[in-house]
Amino acid sequence: MDDLYRDYILDHYKQPRNFGELEPHDLEAMEHNPLCGDELGVHIRVADDRIEDIRFHGHGCAISQASASIASEELKGMTLEEVGKLGADWMIELLGIPVSATRRKCALLNLKVVRGAVTGDHAWPA
Amino acid sequence: MRASLGGPSGVRADFPIFSRNFDGRRLIYLDSAASSQKPKVVIEALADHLRNHNANVHRGVYTLAQEADAAYDGARRRVAGFVGGEPETTIFTKNATEAINLVAYAWGRAHVSAGDAVLITQMEHHANVIPWQVLCRERGAQLRYLEVDAQGELSLAALDAELARGDVRVLAFAHVSNVLGTINPVTEMTARARAAGALTLVDGAQAVPHMPVDVQALGADFYAWTGHKALGPTGIGVLHGRREILEEMEPFLTGGDMIASVDFQSATWNELPYKFEAGTPPIAEAVGLGAAVEYLEQLGMERVRIHERALSAYMLERLAEVPGLSVVGPPAAERRGGLASFTIDGIHPHDVAELCDRAGVCIRAGHHCAQPLMRCLGVSATARASVGVYNDQADVDALIDALIAGREVFGL
Repeated sequence: MDDLYRDYILDHYKQPRNFGELEPHDLEAMEHNPLCGDELGVHIRVADDRIEDIRFHGHGCAISQASASIASEELKGMTLEEVGKLGADWMIELLGIPVSATRRKCALLNLKVVRGAVTGDHAWPA
Repeated sequence: MRASLGGPSGVRADFPIFSRNFDGRRLIYLDSAASSQKPKVVIEALADHLRNHNANVHRGVYTLAQEADAAYDGARRRVAGFVGGEPETTIFTKNATEAINLVAYAWGRAHVSAGDAVLITQMEHHANVIPWQVLCRERGAQLRYLEVDAQGELSLAALDAELARGDVRVLAFAHVSNVLGTINPVTEMTARARAAGALTLVDGAQAVPHMPVDVQALGADFYAWTGHKALGPTGIGVLHGRREILEEMEPFLTGGDMIASVDFQSATWNELPYKFEAGTPPIAEAVGLGAAVEYLEQLGMERVRIHERALSAYMLERLAEVPGLSVVGPPAAERRGGLASFTIDGIHPHDVAELCDRAGVCIRAGHHCAQPLMRCLGVSATARASVGVYNDQADVDALIDALIAGREVFGL
């Protein structure tokens, strides 16, 4: 059993949940991973200050795609205020695999995009 | 008879890093296009300089300072001679990037204006894109790109057509592409540009460490390369320039050492090459690079090229055995340097590199500082394996085994 490429990671990579476009949507953002040129965008529909629905689009490695897929299931239903408070630890813990320093940005790209769309803060999640 | 290149019985023994143990495995280093490993003679030359001969250059009258001067100037003579250049027109910079910036700033700002064009190619490293982008934006000039065809080659007919437009002031291109591996027809290109009155700059970062290079014969006005890819230390690059152009140019960076005399409101410039070396130069790095080119000369650059071409051919042949793998660039090893960029269906290049690392195989993944080219190739990234004098077929075999095992991890 591979430490990093566990079955559920590869499953999310090959069949990412909540991927595609969402029309209409209320919030959107697009971010690049400068390391590799990968890009990830998000569409978010908001109802009662909560994420009612979410879709990611773009391309990336197994870690970035699986992270977005896994996060999307958790993000649905969260209040925008809760999303604004999410940090890097939340994502790394959710992913459940040892992420090396060089792959950290792959894992955090989706949260960066979502936070950018929700709060306008485009910094890497701390 | 000299030791063979590659393998444990060959020159690999000259590189201390290969005796390091990585969790019980040897180092399989296939990333020399990013940075080469260093032979013992380079490490020792650096250490010996710092330990025994260290002082600033061009200022001291004491014995130690004279030794530093002699070491620095000697390194320049050796480095210039290695590629058929002259010491006075061989400028030390921080890296190839700074060398190209030097030309884009010091020559470009004086000679490129609105209505002019700078012609580069779609296969350029960002180091040979951005300085021209910034120059063109600043001067209102046009930045145009020579296309790369499906085989990863440039077209001389397309170059002729571009030059015939009459507005090209600069033609800048890579000698060897860091992504495609393509060896460009430098002499044909510089001759055409010269006939059309365009300045030429060749980025030789991926060529000088891997094949015989004669900067005079290549006919470029400027030829830039870097030390750390050529078995030397980081922090030193080289720019060879045509003497009459360098003499006419204003300096790039200014400050100490590059002046002849300084008044309160004005200064006059030092002679070549010092006019272009402001501040304390990379002295120890130059000494290290001098040792590196001496080592390469002893191996013989013809032999280096033959070794790497054969290894490159073997790598292309073996990569073709991996299902779903596509190599970009020219199909023939004859047309390429010792590197292969590739993609594997169903595995992102970053994951390919990570999976290779499990087997101790170091390869690079990403856009290789060539995002415009990636766009032309229709990919966001590739994996890249590149060879050096110390690699052998066993290294390539290890790469192939790692790729096949990696596909299994991904259930392919």
